[in-house]
Amino acid sequence: MNALFVISLLGVTAMLAEIVKFKKLLPLLVLTGLVVAMGLAVIEWVRPVNIPAFHNMLVFNNYALVFTVGFCIITFLWFMLAQHQLENKTALTDHYSLILFSLAGAVLMASFGNLVMLFLGIEILSIPLYILAGSNKKSLSSNEAAFKYFLMGSFATGFLLFGVALIYGASGSFDILEISEYVLRNAGELPHYFYAGLLLIVVGLSFKVSAVPFHFWAPDVYQGAPNLITAFMLTMVKMAAFAAFFRLFSICFASIGQVWAQVITVIIASTLLLGNVTAVYQTSFKRMLAYSGISHAGYILLAILSINNYSAGAIFYYTLAYSIASITAFTVLQNVCADDENDSLENFNGLAKRNPLLALSLTVSMLSLAGIPPTAGFFAKYTIFVTALNNGHVWLVIIAVLASLVGVYYYFKPIIASYFKTPINETVIEISLQHKLLIIVTTALTLALGLFPDYIIKLFS
Amino acid sequence: MVAVVLIFFPLLASLALAFIKNNSTAKKVALAFSLLECGITGYMFSLLSRPNVSELLSFSMPWIYSMGINFNVVIDGISGLLVLLTNILVPLIILSSFKAEYKNPNAFYSLILFMQMALVGVFVAQDGFLFYIFWELALIPIYFICLLWGGNDRARITFKFFVYTLVGSLFMLVALILLYQNTGPLYSFNINALYKAGQSLSTKAQSFVFLSFFLAFAIKMPVFPFHTWQPDTYTTAPTQGTMLLSGIMLKMGTYGLIRWLIPIVPLGVAQWGQTAIVISIIGIVYASCIAIVQKDLKRLIAYSSIAHVGLIAAGTLAFNTQGVEGALIQMFSHGVNVTALFFIVDIIALRTGTREIPSLGGIRNSAPVFSVLFLIVLMGSIALPLTNGFVGEFLLLNGIYQYSAWLAFTAGLSVILGAVYMLRCYQNTMLGETNNLTSAFADVDRTEKAVLIPLVILVIYFGIYPKPLLEIIEPAVQNLINSVHLTVIP
Repeated sequence: MNALFVISLLGVTAMLAEIVKFKKLLPLLVLTGLVVAMGLAVIEWVRPVNIPAFHNMLVFNNYALVFTVGFCIITFLWFMLAQHQLENKTALTDHYSLILFSLAGAVLMASFGNLVMLFLGIEILSIPLYILAGSNKKSLSSNEAAFKYFLMGSFATGFLLFGVALIYGASGSFDILEISEYVLRNAGELPHYFYAGLLLIVVGLSFKVSAVPFHFWAPDVYQGAPNLITAFMLTMVKMAAFAAFFRLFSICFASIGQVWAQVITVIIASTLLLGNVTAVYQTSFKRMLAYSGISHAGYILLAILSINNYSAGAIFYYTLAYSIASITAFTVLQNVCADDENDSLENFNGLAKRNPLLALSLTVSMLSLAGIPPTAGFFAKYTIFVTALNNGHVWLVIIAVLASLVGVYYYFKPIIASYFKTPINETVIEISLQHKLLIIVTTALTLALGLFPDYIIKLFS
Repeated sequence: MVAVVLIFFPLLASLALAFIKNNSTAKKVALAFSLLECGITGYMFSLLSRPNVSELLSFSMPWIYSMGINFNVVIDGISGLLVLLTNILVPLIILSSFKAEYKNPNAFYSLILFMQMALVGVFVAQDGFLFYIFWELALIPIYFICLLWGGNDRARITFKFFVYTLVGSLFMLVALILLYQNTGPLYSFNINALYKAGQSLSTKAQSFVFLSFFLAFAIKMPVFPFHTWQPDTYTTAPTQGTMLLSGIMLKMGTYGLIRWLIPIVPLGVAQWGQTAIVISIIGIVYASCIAIVQKDLKRLIAYSSIAHVGLIAAGTLAFNTQGVEGALIQMFSHGVNVTALFFIVDIIALRTGTREIPSLGGIRNSAPVFSVLFLIVLMGSIALPLTNGFVGEFLLLNGIYQYSAWLAFTAGLSVILGAVYMLRCYQNTMLGETNNLTSAFADVDRTEKAVLIPLVILVIYFGIYPKPLLEIIEPAVQNLINSVHLTVIP
C-alpha cells in the first residue's frame, strides 16, 4: 500500500521538476524513491497488515506485494538503462513521470480487489505508454507505433470493459471475492451472458499479453517505438498483464476452469507455434524479441491454464527471469546500435572482438531466453512445465518443448553472429560505467536466479 | 566429499584460467590443474576398493528444497570408473594441444575444464534434476569449443549438433518431470525415489518414459539412426573437441542407459528393449560398412566410433552381468583408444597437411616409433586379445549371446569389419611406398610421446590385467542388476 503512495508521489514530483528546476537531482531522487518503495513493500510483506484498502478496492496480499517488488526492480533496472540517454533529451521529466505513472498502474494491476480497479490499473499503465511509444516525434515508425498501440489498446480495453459489465450484470458485484462466491454458489446454472463476459475478458487480457490471435499490434509497436520504451513494454507491461491475468482467473474463475480451459489451450498452442516460428524469419533484433515475447506469453499462459499451488511462483519467476534477460539484451542493443532505426542482426557481427563483455552478457541473456541451464530462463520454463504436467497437460508441454527448440534456433543467431561473423566495422565499442555495472548485475542475476531459484519460488508458499 | 571436490575443482580452475592472459602460462596452468584433478581422482579410486568409506564418497544437501531437489552426489564403482576415465583423459587432451596454435588459449582451456566439471557431475549425480543440469551444462562448452576453434562450415554443423542433442534432452526433461510427479507424497528427484516411481508406472507410461530417455541417450552416443550429426561434428571440431566428444561425452549416453534408463522403467525395457538392441546392431553393421569406404581418416574413426558404441548400447540393453560389465569396460577402453586414434590423426594431419588416406603411405619408413604406437592403439581398437578392447568386446558379446544368439552373431560382425577398416587404414597410411608428402615425416617428439605412451600403456595394461577395473565395478553392477527385475520378452 505504502509503496503505491511513494510511487505515485514520485511521479508527481517528477512532473514538478521541470517547473521547480531540480532536473539534475531527479535521477537520483527517483532511484532512491524506488528503493524506498521496494523497502516499504518488503516491510509489509514481513509484517502483514492485511487492512483491505478503500472497501476492498485494493488488497495488498502476499501476491500483490511480491509483484510490487518485482515491478520496482525492473523499473529500477530500466532507469539504469535509460538514464544516460534521457539526460540528453529535453523531455526528461515527462519521460520520468510517465514511466512512474505506468508503474503505479502496474501495482494496481497486481493488487486489485475489484474489477474497476483492474480496469483503472490497465488504463493508468497503458496511457503513458501510448504517449511514450510516439516520443520519437520525428520518426514515422514511432508515430505509427503510438497510433497503432493506442487504437489496439483501446479496442482491448473496450472488450475488457464490456466483459466486466456483463459479469457485473450476472453477479451484481465488481468485487472479485464476491464474484468468486457467486460463481461457486451458482455453478452449473450461470447465465449465458456470464460466459460471454468471461470470454470477452479473456480476449481483452490476451490483447494485453499479446497472445495469438490478438498479437497483431505487437511486432509493429515494439519495432517502431524507441528502444528504451520497447524495453519497458516488453518487460514491465508483460509482467503486469500476467499478474492481473492470473490474479483475476485464479480467484474468480478457477472453479469453472472447464469453461475457459479449451479457449486458453488453443490460444497457448497457437501462440507458442506462431510466435516461435515467425521469430525465426526476422532480421531485425527488436522484431525478433517482439515475436519471442509473444511466444513467451504462450509459456506463461500454461501456468494460468493449470492453476495450482505452484502457478503464482512460476509466473512471477518466469516474468522476472524473462524481464531481466530482456533488459540485458536491450542494454547490449543500445550500445551496439547507435540509433533507434537500425537494429538489424548484422550489427552484432563480430561483437566478441569489439567488446567481449557485451558479447558475453548477450550470450547469457540469449541462453536464458532460450531456456538453457543453468540460466534463470531454464528454471522458469522448468517450473512452468512442472505446473502444467501437474494438471495433466502432457501434449501442450510437448508442443512447448518443440517450440522452445525452434526458439533455440533464433536466439542463437545473435550469439553466432557475435562470435563467428566478421564485423561490419571494427571499432571497439566503449560503454559507460553505468551500463557496464547494469549488464554485470543483470547477467549475474540471470545466473544466480538460475542456480538458487528456491528463494523466489518460496515467496508465494 | 571427494565427489564435491572433484566437481568443483575444475570449475575453479576454469574460472581462474579465464583471467590468465599470457598464452604459454595458460597452457601450463591448465595442465597443472588437470593433473591435480587427476591426482585427486587417483585418491578417489583407491578409496573405492576400501570398505566403509561411503561418507567420503557421497555428499548430499538440499538445493531447491520446495521442489524436492537435492545436491546429491555419490561415487560408486560405475561412476568411479567413468570419473577415472574423464580425469585421465583431460590432462592428456590438454597436453595434446600444446603444439597447436589456438587463438585465445585461456578461453579454450577454460572451456575444457568447465566441460570436465560438467562431465564429472553427470557421472556422479544421484538426483534426476542435478543430472539433467550437468547433462545440459556439458553441451555449452563443447558447443563453443567447436564454434570458435573448429574447421570449415562450423557454424552450421555445430548448430545442428546443438539442436540435435537438445531435442533429446528436452524429451528427457519431460520424462523426468513425469517421473517426479509420481514420487508423491514426498516429492523428490532422488534416484531411488525415481526408480520406485518409474517401476510403479503402467506399461504405457513406462514406454513413453523409455522412449524419451532413449532418444536423449541415443542421440548423445549416437546410435543409428540418430547419428547424422556425428561424422560432420567430429570432422569439423578441433582435435581436442573431437577427443572430448568421442572419448568422454558419448559415455554420458551409455552411462545414462545403465543408471537412468533400465532400472527406472523395466516394463518399458521389456516393451521396447529388443527394438533398441536391434537398431543398435543395425548401426554397428551400417557404420562399419561406411567406415570401410571412408577416405578421410577422421571420418573413418568417427564411423568406427558409431560401431563401437552400438555394441556397447546393445550389451547394456541385454542387461545381464556380463553385458553391463562389458559395456563399462568397453566404455573405458573405447575412451582411451579413440582419444589416441584422434591424436594420431591429428599428428598425421599436422605433418602432411592432409587426412586423405589415398594421398598418404609409407609413414613407417620415416617414423618407426610413431607407427608402432599407432599399431598398438589400432590393435586395441579392433579388440585383439591382450589389448583392452578385447576384454570389453568379449564380455559384451557374451552378454548379448545370453540374450539372443543370432543378435550376438550379427554384432560379432563388428569385430571382423572393424579389423577390415582399421587394418586397411593402417596399411594405406603407414605401409607401402613413401611419397613426397610422407617422406619427410618426423617421428613423434617429446610432447607427443607424453600423450601417446600413457595411452598405449593403458591399452596394454588393462588388456593383460583388467582385474582392478572389474573389481571396482563388480559390486556396483551386481547391486544394480539385483535391484531390477526385468521381464524380458525373448
